[in-house]
Amino acid sequence: MINSSFFINILRFTLLILVQVLVFNRLNFFGYINPMVYVLFIYWYPIKENRTSFILTSFLLGFFIDIFSDTLALNAAATVSIAYLRPAIMRFVFGVNYEFQSFKLNSTTKAQQFTFLALLIVIHHVIYFTLEIFSIANILLIIQKTLTIGLASIILCLLFSSLFSTKKE
Amino acid sequence: MQQIINFLIRYKIFLLYLFLLFVSFIFTFQSHSYHQSKFLNSANYFSGNIYEFFDNTTSYFGLREENESLLQENERLRHQLYNKKTNLSDIPAPIDSLEKNYSLVRGRVIKNSFSDLRNYITINKGRKDSIEQDMGVITAKGILGIIENTSEGFATVQSILNEKSNINAKIKNSNHFGSLVWDTKNYNTVQLVDIPRLVPLTIGDTIVTGAMSSIFPENIPIGTIKKFDLDKSKSFYYIDVSLFNDMTNLKNVYIIKNLHRQEILELQEETLSNDQ
Repeated sequence: MINSSFFINILRFTLLILVQVLVFNRLNFFGYINPMVYVLFIYWYPIKENRTSFILTSFLLGFFIDIFSDTLALNAAATVSIAYLRPAIMRFVFGVNYEFQSFKLNSTTKAQQFTFLALLIVIHHVIYFTLEIFSIANILLIIQKTLTIGLASIILCLLFSSLFSTKKE
Repeated sequence: MQQIINFLIRYKIFLLYLFLLFVSFIFTFQSHSYHQSKFLNSANYFSGNIYEFFDNTTSYFGLREENESLLQENERLRHQLYNKKTNLSDIPAPIDSLEKNYSLVRGRVIKNSFSDLRNYITINKGRKDSIEQDMGVITAKGILGIIENTSEGFATVQSILNEKSNINAKIKNSNHFGSLVWDTKNYNTVQLVDIPRLVPLTIGDTIVTGAMSSIFPENIPIGTIKKFDLDKSKSFYYIDVSLFNDMTNLKNVYIIKNLHRQEILELQEETLSNDQ
């Protein structure tokens, strides 16, 4: 039981890194839009798992993406932040329900899933671009990048999550 | 004591988060001010090999174009060679190592980026090909960047599309030099600053590397003037330069080593320390 979820997570971890650095970092849609689909790892990660290992894994995920894309430790900082904030976001989106044993992401409404994913991505992108650009003078650039790239990330993440949905009919 | 331990246990997640955030901030900010992080770069065994594997499989798709551009370069070089004033046979047979200023190594781009503020390129040559930090990297069309980090088999290049990039450049056939920087807006355009306003400029003039640099040889093409304007002080030009290189499509590069760089740097250091 532990093993199967453990291996699924390792597989996701590796595949998301490879897909991100080999495909989406080279997309350069309109010259600068490179969606960050690896945020899906945080979205998909089991809810009942140990929080310490979750935060550590998220940090490692961001760290590997950073190594591949020469972005210092920006991805690591942004990813570890949304991993830490995930319970708070879930409480905000799903109410207190999510603390029950029977709670499953699939059993929530589409709107809730969308809000959850969108919040994760928006927070991630705001932290990422604030740290990357790191100047108040360029706040418009931060907002512009967060909105455009965030939108692209949300669309692609939604496509991916419906493609690899675990729901059995 | 008991309370401290209780406190640590209760807030262990938060403390772990703060610690990890702190670690990533250290990595980020130490390199905002100076060179790219020594550890966090794609010129390592692991990512280098993955990129190279991927590149080996996809590079077949561009072979025809690549061939064409190499032929064009050959054509240009042969043209220069045959139209030289001296005869081919006049060239002294073995070039003495003392007369050599630069040595070249060829390489291939295995990872390119141009959409960030600080763009780095990864190439498949490293320390074992005697590549070191601060060597120049060019393509057949023009300048590309400067080597920043090396590993055994790979190296990262600080692209001219990097807000930290600062390269000595001048207007062709004159000796007015300035600095080449990037305003992070457009990947086809870089900026040349600090050219005095008394210099006559025309749109379309060619910009080449200057002689002040101990990294690049003089007169390597960079681009042409797209637009120029006076800066805030009204005494210098702010020039938009459109690049010869297509920064989105890079494959074969040359790494230039200045064989006298060490000597130049030592001499400059000595002069400075004598002044004080």
